[in-house]
Amino acid sequence: MSEEPPPVEVRGLVKRYGRLSAVDGVDLTVQRGDVYGYLGPNGAGKTTSLRMMLGLIRPTAGTVRLFGRDPQESVRALEGVAGFVEAPTFYPYLSGRRNLELLAAYDGGDARRRVDAALETVELLERAGDRVGGYSHGMRQRLGIAAALLRNPKLLLLDEPATGLDPAGMRDMRLLIRRLSDQGITVLLSSHLLSEVEEVCNRVAIIRAGRIAYEGEIAALKRGAGASYRLETTDDERALAVCQAQPGISEVRREDGAIRFVAEDRTVAELSQALVEAGALIRVLAPQTLRLEDLFLSLTEDGDAAGRREPLAEGVGT
Amino acid sequence: MSALSTAAATLRRPRRAAGAPGVATVYRWELFKLGFQKRTYLGLGASIATPIIFTAFASFGPGHHDDFAFADYLNRSGLAFPLVLLLFGAIWLFPLIVALVAGDIVSSEDHNGTLKTIFTRSLERHQIFAGKTLVALTYAVVAIFVEGTTAVIAGIVRSGFHSLQSLSGTIVSAPKALELVYFALLIYLIPIVTIVCIGILLSSLTRNSAAAIVGTLMISLLFQLIGIIPGLQDSVPYLLSTQYQAWQGLLRTPIDWQPIIRAVWVCAMYGVPAIFTAFVLFLRRDVAGG
Repeated sequence: MSEEPPPVEVRGLVKRYGRLSAVDGVDLTVQRGDVYGYLGPNGAGKTTSLRMMLGLIRPTAGTVRLFGRDPQESVRALEGVAGFVEAPTFYPYLSGRRNLELLAAYDGGDARRRVDAALETVELLERAGDRVGGYSHGMRQRLGIAAALLRNPKLLLLDEPATGLDPAGMRDMRLLIRRLSDQGITVLLSSHLLSEVEEVCNRVAIIRAGRIAYEGEIAALKRGAGASYRLETTDDERALAVCQAQPGISEVRREDGAIRFVAEDRTVAELSQALVEAGALIRVLAPQTLRLEDLFLSLTEDGDAAGRREPLAEGVGT
Repeated sequence: MSALSTAAATLRRPRRAAGAPGVATVYRWELFKLGFQKRTYLGLGASIATPIIFTAFASFGPGHHDDFAFADYLNRSGLAFPLVLLLFGAIWLFPLIVALVAGDIVSSEDHNGTLKTIFTRSLERHQIFAGKTLVALTYAVVAIFVEGTTAVIAGIVRSGFHSLQSLSGTIVSAPKALELVYFALLIYLIPIVTIVCIGILLSSLTRNSAAAIVGTLMISLLFQLIGIIPGLQDSVPYLLSTQYQAWQGLLRTPIDWQPIIRAVWVCAMYGVPAIFTAFVLFLRRDVAGG
């Protein structure tokens, strides 16, 4: 029996505008059931990638396959696929309900029967008769999700769905995405909100200047980057020197009256012995939770450094 | 609630399309959307107001006119009014009315950023384009016939339902003249359809409604201008502006088909490349904004 193709499979995707490479050789694979975070700073190429995935713009090179189908060939490739890029857009002079009815008509089949359910899911049923022109940003984002749900999707492509929402709106959006994921919908979520991605996604791709800097599980990304530690001793000057001299320890620095460094567990045991031998007795040696933000910044902020970075454990490096 | 909202609210939403969506689905919803847009009522309002204003002007305005076809018949038969309006409307009025919708039909999607919304549903781009083109054509046909019918009614009220003298000098009975008026409107649609095609092209090309509407009007006026430039007289039979006069062939005895046939192929010469280019642009465009 042949294996079912993954919901999203992108290979060597390139989009150039003149000399500018907006997307430069992106490879990524979203597996069934993933809530996949597509992370990157503004202008990194996230939205351009999503537009190519939805067939809105043609790639300069490379391929996109959605469930094995090419969205550049026909909209039939988008069967079971829904989503939006940038802010979802609607006809401002029509009501929310009429907009959904129009889109349901353009979807055909029994999409129209799902209008009420979709409005209810995003809690817009009461305002469905109002013109979209009078909707708040958050309401439009929710209507965008409702429009996507009309297609009864197996794959949702969402571009910055929480952007512009207030904290309550962002929480609701995260809950909604989790709920949809629980219903078996695969989600590809582009974002620059790291807390959002860390909370709802199981896998990520980090894009920088049009290239993938990392693709894989968030947990693997953290493991691969090593654990961060906080150290306080009876003699921090001497301890600092010991840390800097110890193999397998990196990013040693003094911060907030303590020493911080990145190391693997095995190296930490050796370090504690070296500190005792050097006469710097340990007061505190505690692992710190490595935040996705730190990893993200380390992968995207320093261009040259990121470009030279070795592939992280289980991830795909550039 | 504004009059516009009230009018729009009375429109029935399109009935559910059975099975797979197609051109008819787009056509129904595009018509529905037109009902909510001011420019629709602006154009149709002009189609109704112009004949009424013209008739009032003919009643209360200065003196006697005899420097254009059917001018001296304005006081003798109401059926002369729609024909005189066809002469004057060609300069800018009718191109403007049809450009209001044709020039906006694609670029309004750009303005609202909704192309990306409809391009990611289950309709192919060519189906969306066909639906939009059909709606722009429908609007043009309705606008011309609304104008013609209003002119007939206003003219009859003003000057009565009487026979008309043809351009060959023969007398045409009132019922026959009425029939000819509506055939003239049909022939008039030939260059009007070309204007629709140009409007859709500019709408697809500029992605800006104002630019497309003004551009369509400018192209129409440019043809008029070329027609009066000394030394370019040989080009006059092949100008779009000349084809607005093709209906006059119907008002001759026997009917002169030559200008009508020429209007068909001359207009096709302008209209077909315009709509084809618009089609290709629509099909191949990258939806990168909005």
